[in-house]
Amino acid sequence: MVKDQEFLEKKASYCLGLAKKLGATDSSVIVKNSISETVNFRNKKLDESNRSDDLGLSITTYIGKKKSSISSSNLLNDNLNILIEKCIETTKNTPEDEFNSLPDRDLFAKEVKDLNLYDETHIENNQKIDYLKKLEAAASNDKKIVNTESSFTQNKSNFVLANSEGFCDGYKTSSFTASSVTVAKDEKSMERDYEYSSKCFIKDLEDAGKLGKQAADQTIRKLSPKKIGSKKIAIIFDKRIAKGMLGAFASAISSSAISRGTSFLKDKVNQKIFSDKINVLDKPDILKGLGSRNFDSEGVKTNTLKLVDQGVLKHYLIDTYNGKKLDLKSNGRCGGTSNLYFENGNISLKDLLNSKSKSLYITETIGHGSNIVTGDYSVGATGFLVENGEFKYPINEITIAGNFKDMFQNITLANDLEFKYATNSPTMMIEGMVVAGK
Amino acid sequence: MSNFFEKSDLSRKEAESIISDTLQKCDDGELYLENSKSESILLDDNKIKNSSYNSDLGFGFRAISDEVVAYSHSNEISKNSLKQSSENLKSTLKSVKGTYNHEIPKSNKKYYDNINPIEQKSLNEKIKILNDVNDYLRSKGDKVKQVTANFLGEQKSVEIIRSGGETLSDVRPLVRFNVSVMVEKDGRKETGVYGVGGRQSYDSYLKDENWKSVCDEALRIASVNLESKPAPAGEMKVVLGPGWPAILIHEAVGHGLEGDFNRKKTSAFHNLMGQKVASEGVTIIDDGTIDNRRGSLTIDDEGTPTEKTVLIENGILKNFMQDRLNARLMKTRSTGSGRRENYRHIVLPRMRNTMMLSGKQTQEEMIKAVDKGIFAVSFGGGQVDITSGKFVFNCTEAYEIVNGKIGSPIKGATLIGDGPSILKEVSMVGNDMMMDPGIGTCGKAGQGVPVGVAQPSILINKMTVGGTKL
Repeated sequence: MVKDQEFLEKKASYCLGLAKKLGATDSSVIVKNSISETVNFRNKKLDESNRSDDLGLSITTYIGKKKSSISSSNLLNDNLNILIEKCIETTKNTPEDEFNSLPDRDLFAKEVKDLNLYDETHIENNQKIDYLKKLEAAASNDKKIVNTESSFTQNKSNFVLANSEGFCDGYKTSSFTASSVTVAKDEKSMERDYEYSSKCFIKDLEDAGKLGKQAADQTIRKLSPKKIGSKKIAIIFDKRIAKGMLGAFASAISSSAISRGTSFLKDKVNQKIFSDKINVLDKPDILKGLGSRNFDSEGVKTNTLKLVDQGVLKHYLIDTYNGKKLDLKSNGRCGGTSNLYFENGNISLKDLLNSKSKSLYITETIGHGSNIVTGDYSVGATGFLVENGEFKYPINEITIAGNFKDMFQNITLANDLEFKYATNSPTMMIEGMVVAGK
Repeated sequence: MSNFFEKSDLSRKEAESIISDTLQKCDDGELYLENSKSESILLDDNKIKNSSYNSDLGFGFRAISDEVVAYSHSNEISKNSLKQSSENLKSTLKSVKGTYNHEIPKSNKKYYDNINPIEQKSLNEKIKILNDVNDYLRSKGDKVKQVTANFLGEQKSVEIIRSGGETLSDVRPLVRFNVSVMVEKDGRKETGVYGVGGRQSYDSYLKDENWKSVCDEALRIASVNLESKPAPAGEMKVVLGPGWPAILIHEAVGHGLEGDFNRKKTSAFHNLMGQKVASEGVTIIDDGTIDNRRGSLTIDDEGTPTEKTVLIENGILKNFMQDRLNARLMKTRSTGSGRRENYRHIVLPRMRNTMMLSGKQTQEEMIKAVDKGIFAVSFGGGQVDITSGKFVFNCTEAYEIVNGKIGSPIKGATLIGDGPSILKEVSMVGNDMMMDPGIGTCGKAGQGVPVGVAQPSILINKMTVGGTKL
């Protein structure tokens, strides 16, 4: 069983009390317990079971405008005494920074809504095994599939965030995650692909048979890929890749990148950075949402933000420290976005695929090719050549490149948004990018 | 050295008896105990932004029967917690027979000293160096707009207790010093990053104001990139500089030669043992025994002493990298490559210091041999798809080559290639092998471990460059 609120609060208040006694003028602490149980299958047989019980604590102490922090997985009071003493010592020796402080008191979350993030259900290992048997049977149905690896994880977490301003709150969350990675082979090639489902509530998890079949289908269709020539061509990003554009966007509007001047979106608030039809929302109060939360990692209330309204950038993602530096109020985004998504576009996926005589449909990218300072983007990719709305043949060993500044202006979105991850996008087309191949 | 049982209600004897009881009918397994202390001190935007300290203690208990691995970890070293883990392992491995009895080889060699680098330099000294770095770089002119510098230090004590009470232990220091600088000219911004590190004290890398050369290198890369033009797109010849560009070797062939992917036959190399996978003259080793290197280990995380493993010898595939599990299932021996990020993770076969050895040619000869291509000097990260064999990496410093001469710098572009065939496209191997500066971290299955790479300059006949200029 994951540790209860009372236990976590007791540890938190012990730390705050001790920090104060040792000379901290302010302090904040987060205590978290997370228990995960995973079962892995490979080729229809049990491969691995893994149980992890992680209890950890991290405390930040302030002396005036000086700040330091420690974290530990050893919560025995003996150890905490040594560490907090060390933390205070380090704080004293760290130079002042005028922007160091806890959040303004009026910004703390006052009420914590039940966002339906915790499912009591406990899935025993034999139930996980039953799910995986069904999944792997479906995944390995086709003879072309030569290897399957699947996994089922149940996670239960609880945390308490407390600080010397009197904020003290936390709540339980749960997740159930199933995934399947399959390898397919023919005379010419060997390819891998996957499918995945993660939900707060077990009853919402994707059906095992469906998940396995999807993984297998997505892998088999990649067999015998070709390489194409270098050219400019419209690129359609599968939803699982399209969400990555939002990830890059979120990094570029984080208040730390903005205040440090290391973002291509610095000073772009109230300017048009996307095409007219694009709206981006960050909505923290979606029931059962994978990114849902009541407050950020500093305890600041998190409200819904329309980050991009008809193509115009409206907000940065602001925490307390960088907010003070930029003379802006925290909007509860310390630790990043919650449920971030593009609103649906107004054409169907079918029409999007049909909109060009030739396009590239990208299902996977590899490499870390996003440069937030310059906006340059260049990654390795695999996918399919699409002609008149139809998938013609698989493609690999190509790269796609562009610059976010241009790419964002040339996005067309389909109307097939679903909430599968914490960050989500409908299928996306971007025109004007360069493909390098043969 | 840590005494893991000092403050616990669990005595060493009791622990040994629980371990032996749990593992008696298993093929393999161990109790892995770990105590790590780490620090991070960061200067950013003219200020000390962060000074933090982490202390982590825990165990991971593993039992293996045939191909099935059961694992349980906790950060509470207590009788109750170990017993609970034991029950958990037993419940997974219901029918077990127990046949494997490979002893752990013994060795007295050590590849680093038993030191705690965090305590060897005071916080004030570290803060002073970071401030000096900031002042030094900002004194280099108005174009320097942002400076970030940090110290990362760690001491990790590990102990491995096997069935029967056999105990192996290691204390591992690790430090890293990093500098990142952003420059701006005519509204254009570029970044340069450089760092040094390894398994020694900070002072081994920073004495005599050696930090200045780290700053100079970061600034040089940033300044070069200010002048860069859009990179070309398409297939062309590529000359790689010595040292850090060997992450190409790491991505292109290293991962594909790890035992687990080959036992599972999901690696593009699984059926190529003994065959020619690289041009003549190409020899690649994975070596855990180089003194004080970031990827070196006295023993791996299963207790096996590390070694120098020949992976490819003169073009022929010779060995995979193995941990105990995959070695047993593939009927070979562990190469001391069993590693884990920490006690929360299971052991996987991993790289240590992966190196392509020197050949005979010079870098000048390679450049001269290229009509149209690129010269890549430094890289950011890389990634590989083990199954299809396709890999990428991102240039952070590169130049075009036109008619045998180095031309303008080009913008960061991704290079993509095919692992099993790329080494056959190597047409020249340089005489200038160099180790990387000690900054690499390799990710696999969500676990990051410190690694090293090395190579001489090489000429690759054909790779796809992912630029924007057609």
